[in-house]
Formats: sequence, C-alpha cells, structure tokens
Amino acid sequence: MNTVVRGLRGFATYMGSLMGADAYRKYLEHFEATGHSGPAMTEREFWRDRMDRQDSNPQGRCC
Amino acid sequence: MGKISDQSKLAEGLDPTLPPPAVEDSVREAEESRWTPAKIGLWIAISLLGAVAWFMLALVRGETVNAIWFVFAAVCTYLIGYRFYSKVIERYLLKPDDRRATPAEYKADGKDYVRTDRNVLFGHHFAAIAGAGPLVGPVIAAQMGYLPGTIWIIIGVVLAGAVQDYLVMFFSMRRGGRSLGQMAREELGVIGGTAALVATLLIMIIIVAILALVVVNALGESPWGVFSVGMTIPIALFMGVYLRFIRPGKVMEVSIIGFVLLMAAIIGGGAVAGTEWGAAFFHLDKVTIAWGIIIYGFIAAILPVWLLLAPRDYLSTFMKIGVIVMLALAIIVVRPEITVPAFSEFAGRENGPVFSGALFPFLFVTIACGALSGFHALISSGTTPKLIEKERQTRFIGYGGMLMESFVAIMALVAAISIDRGIYFAMNAPLALTGGTVESAAQWVNSLGLANVNITPDVLEQTAKDVGEESIISRSGGAPTLAVGLAHIMQQFIGGPGMMAFWYHFAIMFEALFILTAVDAGTRVARFMLQDSIGNFIPKFKEASWRPGAWLCTAIMVAAWGAVLIMGVTDPLGGINTLFPLFGIANQLLAAIALAVCLAITAKRGVFKWLWIVAVPLAFAAVVTITASFHKIFSPVPAVGYFANNQAFSKALADGKTEFGTAKTVAAMEAVVRNTMIQGVLSVIFVTLSIIVIVAALLATIKAIRAGGGQDNEDPPVPSKVYAPAGLFPTTAEKKLLAEWNALPVEKRTQKAGHH
Repeated sequence: MNTVVRGLRGFATYMGSLMGADAYRKYLEHFEATGHSGPAMTEREFWRDRMDRQDSNPQGRCC
Repeated sequence: MGKISDQSKLAEGLDPTLPPPAVEDSVREAEESRWTPAKIGLWIAISLLGAVAWFMLALVRGETVNAIWFVFAAVCTYLIGYRFYSKVIERYLLKPDDRRATPAEYKADGKDYVRTDRNVLFGHHFAAIAGAGPLVGPVIAAQMGYLPGTIWIIIGVVLAGAVQDYLVMFFSMRRGGRSLGQMAREELGVIGGTAALVATLLIMIIIVAILALVVVNALGESPWGVFSVGMTIPIALFMGVYLRFIRPGKVMEVSIIGFVLLMAAIIGGGAVAGTEWGAAFFHLDKVTIAWGIIIYGFIAAILPVWLLLAPRDYLSTFMKIGVIVMLALAIIVVRPEITVPAFSEFAGRENGPVFSGALFPFLFVTIACGALSGFHALISSGTTPKLIEKERQTRFIGYGGMLMESFVAIMALVAAISIDRGIYFAMNAPLALTGGTVESAAQWVNSLGLANVNITPDVLEQTAKDVGEESIISRSGGAPTLAVGLAHIMQQFIGGPGMMAFWYHFAIMFEALFILTAVDAGTRVARFMLQDSIGNFIPKFKEASWRPGAWLCTAIMVAAWGAVLIMGVTDPLGGINTLFPLFGIANQLLAAIALAVCLAITAKRGVFKWLWIVAVPLAFAAVVTITASFHKIFSPVPAVGYFANNQAFSKALADGKTEFGTAKTVAAMEAVVRNTMIQGVLSVIFVTLSIIVIVAALLATIKAIRAGGGQDNEDPPVPSKVYAPAGLFPTTAEKKLLAEWNALPVEKRTQKAGHH
C-alpha cells in the first residue's frame, strides 16, 4: 500500500515539475545560491513576471 | 581552432574542492564497451522480437494482422536505434563533454535558464514537439495501406527525424540556446540566413493554416464538437484568472480543475447537442467556423499570455500526456485485429481520393511529424537547450524525445486502420466524390473495387449514430477518422459501446486543443519574426511592447494564414486533398533547412568522416521535398500538378463550360483557378528558398572541408560545477559519481555562480 501511495505521489510530483509548478521554488533556490542584494520576488510577483515575460518572448508549440 | 587549449583550460578551471563534473572518459568507455552475457542476451532478445514483429507486418500475408506487432516492431527498432545509432552520433560526431557547463548552468537566471531534471525535461520537450501533426498525417497516409507508412515512421525517425532533433538541440545548446534562424545566419551568411528566415516564416503560415483546416473539418456541422471545443475558451479564461489573481502558481491544482471542467464540457456537449435549440445554435457550416477561428486567432494572439495561452497550454500538456499513456495502454490491452492490407490498391496509383500523388514522394511528405518534422528544429533550438543540465543528456532528450513522438504516430496509425476500410474512405474522400449522403457514399466506396470492402448505408448511418454525429461522410482531415478509431479501441477498454460518443468527442476535443494552442503560439512567434524583420528598416517595430506595431503584424500574419484557411475550406476539390501535401512539403523543407545548417556546422567542426550521418537524411529530405514540389509545379496530371489543374480549369472556363470535374458552378471553377495559382506560386517560393539555403550550406560545407575545418561559433567553454547522469537509468559509474556529489553538504552541491 505504501509503495502505491509513494508511486502516485512520485507521479504527481513528476507531472507538477513537467508543467512547471515548481518554477518558483527553483527561482528561490537560484536566488539564494547567488545572493542578490534586494529581496526575492514574492510568489505572486514571480508568476506575474513569468507570464508577462512570455508576452514578449513567445515559445512555439509544435504541430 | 584552439580546441586543445580550450580542453586544457577546461581541465584547469575545474573546482578541485568538488568531485569531477563528468565520469572519467576511460571509465565511461570501458563501461560502454563491456558486454556481459546478460546484456548480450537482452539485446539478442530485443533484436529477435523486433525481427519477428517486422516479419509479421511485412511478409506474412494473412487475412488480418494483430496491432501488437506494430508496437513490438516500433519499440524494438527504437531501442536498437537509440542504443546503437544515437551512440555513434554521440561518440563520433557530437562528442559532448560533461566537464563543460551548459547554458542552464553558466547563464543561470532562475527563469529562462534553469537546470532541469532530465526526466522532467524529457516530458517537457516531448509535450512541446508533439501535437496534432503525428496524429493526423499517418491517418491520411493510411490510404496506401499500413506498411509504407509504418516503415517510414519507424525507420525515418531513427535515421532522420531523431537525428535532426538531436543535432539541432546540441548545436543550439553549445551556442547558449540560439534559435535556428540565428544559427543559419551565422553559419551560412546573409543570403542563406535571410532565405532561411523567410522560408521559416512562410512555412509557419502554411502549417498554422492547415492545422486550422483540420479543426474546421472536424467541427463542421457537429454541434457537439462546436460546443465542447468552444467551451475550452471560457475554461481557459477562468484558469488564467485563477492563476493570476486567486491562487498564483498553483499549476497542478488549476490543471485538475480545468480537466474536470473539460470533461464536463464534453459530457454537456452531448446533452446540448441533443436539444433542439442546441442542435440549431451550434450547427455551424465550415465557412462560419473558419471565420470564427480567424477572429479567435487574432484576439488570442494579442491578449496577454496569462489570460488564454498559458492556461490552455497547461490543459493541453495535461491532456497530451494522459491521452498518450491511455492510448498505449488501450492498444496493448485490446490488441485490435487489423484488416487493412499492407499495400492498398492506391499504393501504385497517383489519384487516391484521400491525398493525391504517387507513393514516392507523397507518402513521405504526408507523414511529416512522427518521422521527420522540421518544425521541431524551432523547438529544439531556443527553449529546451536553455534548460538542459548536462551535455550528455541531449541524446536522451533530443533523440529519445523524437522516438517518443514517432511512437505516437504509430499509435495513431493503428487507431486509424483498426476501423473498417469502407468507413475510412467514406470519411476521408472529398464531398464531391462521396456525394454527402450515406447511400451515395456507400455506392461510391463500393465502386472503388477495394478488396474485402462492401459497405452498406446502414453501417455508415450506425457509425455516425454511435459517435453522436449526424453524419460521418467526408469528414476529411484525419482528426475525425482518428477519433472514430480511438473511440472504437477505447470503448473496448473502458465503458463499452455506450461510451463511443464520449470517446469520439474526447478525441476531437484534445486534437482541437493541441491545434488551437499551436495556432495561437504560431501566430505569436510569426508576429515576432515579422516585427523583427520590419524592425531592420523601421526600428520602432523592434519594440515588442509597441501596440500598433504588434497589432499590425499580428493582423498581417492572421490574414495570411486565414486566407489559406478560407481557400482550403471553400475549395471545390476538397481542401485537405490538395493542401495537405503542401503542409508536409513545407514541414520537411524546414527539416532540410535545419539539416543543411547542421551539415555546415558539422563540417566546420572538422569531423568529415561522419558527415554522412547528417548528409543522408538531408539528401533524402531534399530529394523527397524537391521532387514533390516539382510534381506539384510541373506535373501534367491535373490531380497532382497545381498549374496543370489551373490550366485545365482556365481552359474549361474559356470554352464557356459551366461545370468541370468536381466544380459544379462557374464560381467554383473560378475558385479552383485562383486556389491552384496561389498554391502553385507558394510551392515555387518554398522550393526556391529551400534550394538557396541548401546550396549555401553545401558551399559552406565544401569550404570547410577544403580548409580542414571552419570558424567555431560556439560559446567559450566554462567549467561545470554540477553533475547529473545522462540517461533514464544511471550506469554503475554514474551512480558512483552521483553518490560522491550527494555526499557533499547541500550548499556546495548547488552551483554558485557569482555573475550577478
């Protein structure tokens, strides 16, 4: 039973990272590792920034 | 070229306090060349199973063949291609070096350049390259029987498609994630680079237009489909607002909510289409739907990304992975018997009703995605290379990702050929041939004289009823046929015959979802390319945030693909029949361009002995597409040649005829004259541009061979401070090294770049 739960949880985590749900966590990791002067963006600011940057930097989707 | 000093500098620059960022070359090579009995046995078993499967498909001529053999033939061939051929490419041609940092490491910014776990990036890259293309092409190509398509999909991907994706990804990664257009300009000079850019832009327009045509054909006169696909727009808007204002960053949560709403929209669609007002309100003809998509395309491309594109992209990714896993499971569990012959009656002719033209070259352009897709070069350069963690992972992500897409194409083929051949032709032939009613369609199909095909109007009627549609006659474009095939397989897996209508509309829904995302994203990318090009003359256009410029360029792009779409929808000859080859030709000309750029880069790296790895697929793609273009331009057969058709109809008009061939009115005849002229001119432009690029690449290649190498445009090497294994399963040496890294304190493990 435990392995089933673990498997499902692993799959959910995988799907999450696949869709980019962990983008903020990775941003924070990077931010802490490099040590900026100002404070890091909040989660809300980060997602706003991420979406808005896509506006001027579109990524193709294939046929 | 300073290769040696680069290498030693790289070795000197490594951080001595960290474990090595790469498995020692000698250790890795020893590991790769060590063949244990278990390993030998495994590969013999894979080879044998693959050989048996190919034997069953290609040589045994029974009444039927089981679908499971398609799966085995494909998977075993992929495994062999991946393990041996891609390894050759890696070892002799690309020579990745894990001691070098990737752009995700040396340009890390936590946003665009982020080191991503290889398995996650594999899925990410796959979701970006796979769309409706591999689902539609094989269905249309099934006209010629199953074998030509199967061989081309499986062998083509191993020797051509996956090679292209892998090379482009690797070269782009070595150049900090530069796009194909930028690489073409750098390697081929101004003329070759400009031709590549213009060709890319035109090809994108054609591809978007024909993808949109597939959706229009699937939704025309289908109230259920129109309702449920239409509902994706408010669902996506809701998701966008949710993510922006209510719970930012909860991507999984909103995707699951979106998925549930989507299912509700499909089920609700059946109920709505069942009511009188619903059937009347959502019953739209193709021209109306085409205009709807054009207007939608414009609005979607100027709306902010967060509102519509991003949430639909989440939904589309979610559906993509789910559907593909489900379809694979269903095919393995259900194992349908295939009654379609290996080579059909149309394999040796060039006037097939589904697409026109002879097997060579037209089969090879009809199945583009899944075997060799130039569009992938645009994804493999740019986005994915900025996320790769280690150089050696490009084989798994680039080559392996494309193998996965090829497998999707094989499954689509299996789904399409699992339905009765009579139904297949009744669904895929243009209205002018089938006549539109079940009686006329059945009569026409039976008159084709196909072996073992004897269809009655009742069967066509019943199939339409099963899938919840008024009619399935002349639903060309591939998507409806795939949907019927998928519904046929899935109902045996889950739900039984009562669920067929649900599965049919589920399939239509996800195809429409993929395509609308591609239409929207394609329009945006094309708009930026246009803005950038105009910006060279009027600098103001380069500012992405300048609204009038952005709107004008969006309008131009939408008008361009919209015109082709309307042309396809109103074409008396049946838009798919004449336009789909143009789609394939465009896509593979782009592949030829990408491979030509790779050829020049490879030659400049000085590895002449292995140049054939690039030259073979390039030669094949060039021969296929240029031959196909020449057929389309010069063929005297009106069904094949655009200009021959144009002349035939012009002459008929001049002779004062009021109907000719499948065109029943003077207006229709004039439409044919206009359409064939546009299609012909487009073919001429495409092939000319591509020949310019290929010639420029060949010149650059010859120059490099004469000089013993050429200028290296790679970013300077930076020593890497991270480690991750290359493939899905780490090898013993990789595990050992990984353990060393994992033993480090956490703060030492994550790379500290002091560049901010």
